[in-house]
Amino acid sequence: MTGLGRVASKYRYSIILLRELVITEFKLRYQGSALGYLWSLLRPLFLFIILYFVFVSFLKIGGDIPHWPVALLLGIVLWNFFTEVTNNGVTSVVDRGDVIRKINFPKYVIVIAGSVSALINLLLNLVVIAVFMAINGVDLQWGALLSPLYVIEIFVLAIGLAFFLSAVFVKLRDINYIWEIVMQGLFYASAIIYPITLVMEKNHKIAELMLLNPVAQAVQDIRHVLISTHNPTLYTISGNNMLVAAIPIVIAIAIFILGAWYFRRQAPYFAENV
Amino acid sequence: MSERPDTEAVISVKHVSKDFLLPHEKTSSIKSGVINVFRKKDRTVDTQHALKDISFEIRKGEFFGILGRNGSGKSTLLKILAQIYQPTKGSIETRGKIVPFIELGVGFNPELTGRENVYLNGALLGFSRKEIDARYDDIVKFAELEKFMDQKLKNYSSGMQVRLAFSVATRAEADILLVDEVLAVGDAEFQRKCYNYFELLKKSKSTVVFVSHDMSAVREFCDRAILIENSELVAEGDAEKIANRYNRLFMDEDKGEINGIPQTNERWGDRRASFTKVEVTGKKVIDDKTESLTFTAEFTAGQDIPTIITGSSIVNAKGEEVCGTNTEHRRIKLTDIKQGETVKVHWEYPNIFTDGKYTINVSLHGSNSTRMADWWEGAAAFTVRREEKAPFVVTPDIRLKVER
Repeated sequence: MTGLGRVASKYRYSIILLRELVITEFKLRYQGSALGYLWSLLRPLFLFIILYFVFVSFLKIGGDIPHWPVALLLGIVLWNFFTEVTNNGVTSVVDRGDVIRKINFPKYVIVIAGSVSALINLLLNLVVIAVFMAINGVDLQWGALLSPLYVIEIFVLAIGLAFFLSAVFVKLRDINYIWEIVMQGLFYASAIIYPITLVMEKNHKIAELMLLNPVAQAVQDIRHVLISTHNPTLYTISGNNMLVAAIPIVIAIAIFILGAWYFRRQAPYFAENV
Repeated sequence: MSERPDTEAVISVKHVSKDFLLPHEKTSSIKSGVINVFRKKDRTVDTQHALKDISFEIRKGEFFGILGRNGSGKSTLLKILAQIYQPTKGSIETRGKIVPFIELGVGFNPELTGRENVYLNGALLGFSRKEIDARYDDIVKFAELEKFMDQKLKNYSSGMQVRLAFSVATRAEADILLVDEVLAVGDAEFQRKCYNYFELLKKSKSTVVFVSHDMSAVREFCDRAILIENSELVAEGDAEKIANRYNRLFMDEDKGEINGIPQTNERWGDRRASFTKVEVTGKKVIDDKTESLTFTAEFTAGQDIPTIITGSSIVNAKGEEVCGTNTEHRRIKLTDIKQGETVKVHWEYPNIFTDGKYTINVSLHGSNSTRMADWWEGAAAFTVRREEKAPFVVTPDIRLKVER
């Protein structure tokens, strides 16, 4: 076999596996439920309706940001996507330990398979968001076309973390509890359920610091381009400083590279450690 | 080893060692990790040498056996060949696609239907959806599960699961197959299916690596073999020779030699009388069902013997004793044999044998199989060829008449 042929066949195996793992995961998730896949849409929809009433009728913290409830929902959807990719990731390798001990296959497929189902959920959730945007009369700008780039940024960060965490979890089973706590903290530090303007009013510098977190920055940017430019971004807060605005992106890419590198280094030993 | 010098090596194992680190207290939580950091003295790690400096080659088209006792390291070696484990030292080079059958039904999920499991298991073996689609009917038919494919796997009996898994596995197109003996578990009929499949592989000149401690299967299928003992490769060569060597591992150390004949697992006894010749006198390949198996067993007394019993039995390729008898059962008295006297026993077995290979065991002993003088396992061999391939231990000439 030529070098090229070998690469192609290796790639082929990964795709076949990935596809089958994703299909399996999806089937298993909705097994025995009467409405099945419909829950992927219904779940976020009802969650949104509840949040909508809580935050719009009781906790009026949106301030003067237009369409704040939609921005809030969008933030929660993106955050859920981030948690789903990382949480699916942490235990993914150990969960497949049984198979890993019996056959050799590209291990990264497992981690990616876990994230694909999160991606599908994200898309379904975004459909619901689009409905809410239409109901709220959000005025779409051309800048909305940039939003997928920020989604990709979140994904790159999340998958990098998933690679790292899943490999660590094989050796250190405490990591999922640690990660749970980190995520709790990160959730409140990422300005998901309150507008970043609340922080800015108190301390401008802290708001800027908070947005160095790639998740917070990406969510803020998506709110900015998709819903209303009244949502400040790291770029606008830092006084249009390109260098500062690039920091979270660099962080996301660095975490991805480190996570993937560590995973690759550990993968050959999964079978004996898992 | 020089029989086929032209054939290329498809697997080269070079100085492979494998160590497993076994911490006394496994550090899998931060708490114990932290505690152990502070108590460095207590943190001892045992190194288990699962394999030590193993080197060998497997050539294209070979049926290659890896023999060894439980815990000898043979399964670790198989997992290294399958690239599930990484060698600690040394390297392996492989050419072509390797499919491991270390266990059947890898990835099977009880919550999925039979059909869904076929696709999932197939994917792990490298089949795309399309490729499974094309083979699907064959797989189901071979597994004889036509009516059950849309039921969940958890509702299958274990036998049905194994059948389905085996059916998928046998479709795998690999350059090299790694087969663990666990494959051949299950009922007799399933074993027969397995062995038929091995035979097919052998005929099609596939490269197969077979890990086993079933010596009859090794003798029947393997061309060459290696023997792993205490993590080391102790012998390599002709499968028959290695299988014998393997059996000798179980020999009691104190048996030693008696009358110049080494005591082995296949041949032992006090040798107050011993066989000198056991020979099939009729056809060695019996292809006519009316033809009997005839052989002569000749023994010589090493001392004066007041009475002795001699017997024989026939063993099939699976190691089952098919039939046999002895002079005691037949009420034939063998008494007052003088030292140095040679006795010839002519045996004739009617051909009740099922198609396959057989070996002959002969024995010389006291009453009720006590005081073994000479026990000789596999003293001679013969083969039976039959049109009728029945899945039974014996195939006597059964007559039947249909009336309607």
